[in-house]
Amino acid sequence: MRKERPGNGHDQSRRDFCRTILLGTLSLVVPGSVIGATGTKGLSDWYGTKYKPKEHLYAMGIKVDRCIGCGRCVDACKRENNVPDYPFYTRTWIERYITTEEGQTIVDSPNGGKDGFKAQVSDKKLLKTYFVPKICNQCHKPPCVQVCPVGATYKTDDGVILVDPEYCIGCRYCIQACPYGMRYFHPKTRVVDKCTFCYHRIVKGLLPACVEVCPTQARVFGDLKSKASPVIQFVRFNKIFVLKPDLNTEPKVYYADLDMEVR
Amino acid sequence: MWKRIPEQIRHIVVPAVALVVIYLVVRQLLIPYGFGLWGHYRAPSVIQNAELSLKYAGGEVCIDCHSEIALAKKTGYHRGVACETCHGPAYAHTQDQEKHKPQINRARQACLICHEYLPSRPTGFPQVVADSHNPLKQCIACHRPHDPKPPTPPKGCEACHASIQRTLSVSHHGNLKCTTCHEVPKDHRFSPRGNPPKKLQTREACGTCHAKGSAAAKDIPRVDLESHGGKYLCWECHYPHMPEAR
Repeated sequence: MRKERPGNGHDQSRRDFCRTILLGTLSLVVPGSVIGATGTKGLSDWYGTKYKPKEHLYAMGIKVDRCIGCGRCVDACKRENNVPDYPFYTRTWIERYITTEEGQTIVDSPNGGKDGFKAQVSDKKLLKTYFVPKICNQCHKPPCVQVCPVGATYKTDDGVILVDPEYCIGCRYCIQACPYGMRYFHPKTRVVDKCTFCYHRIVKGLLPACVEVCPTQARVFGDLKSKASPVIQFVRFNKIFVLKPDLNTEPKVYYADLDMEVR
Repeated sequence: MWKRIPEQIRHIVVPAVALVVIYLVVRQLLIPYGFGLWGHYRAPSVIQNAELSLKYAGGEVCIDCHSEIALAKKTGYHRGVACETCHGPAYAHTQDQEKHKPQINRARQACLICHEYLPSRPTGFPQVVADSHNPLKQCIACHRPHDPKPPTPPKGCEACHASIQRTLSVSHHGNLKCTTCHEVPKDHRFSPRGNPPKKLQTREACGTCHAKGSAAAKDIPRVDLESHGGKYLCWECHYPHMPEAR
């Protein structure tokens, strides 16, 4: 239904105009994205080809009743990932919970538990006491990623939250956003650092350093997309808790035998 | 063609195209290589994270050369303990055996970091009070670290069940032997989890001493099993290792 407009010399209708604009925009965007897609080929000779991140989804199980508080995980993590010994920053740590008979709960974590724990000096009668390992929950819906103003922290296709140390501007907004306190500001590199589930190990089929050295198998690591994974077994045969479920972050670190006091 | 476009449009098109070009150029300059390829981040950063260097080799590699140790460890209590838990990161050692030697820590403290008694540790995990457990000897003088069987199987239950023993010893049940209530299979000392001891099953078992009309000593508190406690079993209210704490 083209209306002829007399005396103008231009017979372009509004529909034609829109079509031209649309095609023009597409002609800019499409080649741009094609260039973008092909231009990054050769990023890596194995990542994305030999190792396909979309076929994995990593998670960890922590059996609180097995943790003996030896702190080998904290030590191994620091060595594997060059986490500074001082000040006492840790990517993973162990907390000791002590509930007294009066119902008061004391939580301590001297040096993250790296050097083990000393017997508690308090002579108050114990009601119960146990260790709880803490590690980045690698949330399905990570608040830290949401707040990053530059896209320097992100969730990979295999579900791990990583930091891009070259792109991080050190604004520390993600440290504020993480409800679990899992991030710290690295004093040497001056960017934010966090647990990566030892990404460089798991993509090669190795276990994260903390899981590798845990002497009592309190930590279990595996792939949620593989039926034969120990973490699937862990989730099936234990009653599972996550930390702060009310925040709707959907953590991928699952706890068994967790006490109500643990936050 | 160009001339056919009205002048006022031509005047807008030129700066508009210039703006788009400037935008594309600036964007190209500002946005780093690979950004947006897989998401709102630099794709090469994932590769950088994935290609960091290893420090821990992982347990499988060690077995290739140290098969006899792996064999000794396989059936011992330390079978679940990775080599690198005690010997430290060994990836460098797998690359150059001569130059990099894994750590060997023979000090008592190396063992005590796991085995010193702490109330927070789970019950049943073998623990010692270091100050009273052969304080001047090295652990490895009696226990082989790769197969840490005690030189003599523990005589008393408190060797492993220290926290229960400590509670029990200050309670009214302190004079009772463990075997008064628990029937312990002979092999429990050698393979504890495979041969678990029995626990009391019935109210009548406690009633042996605590029921009205029992033949036990007079100062033992008595209850009427018929009326006391209703449907509950004794140990659902009274902790048998510390019965006075309710």
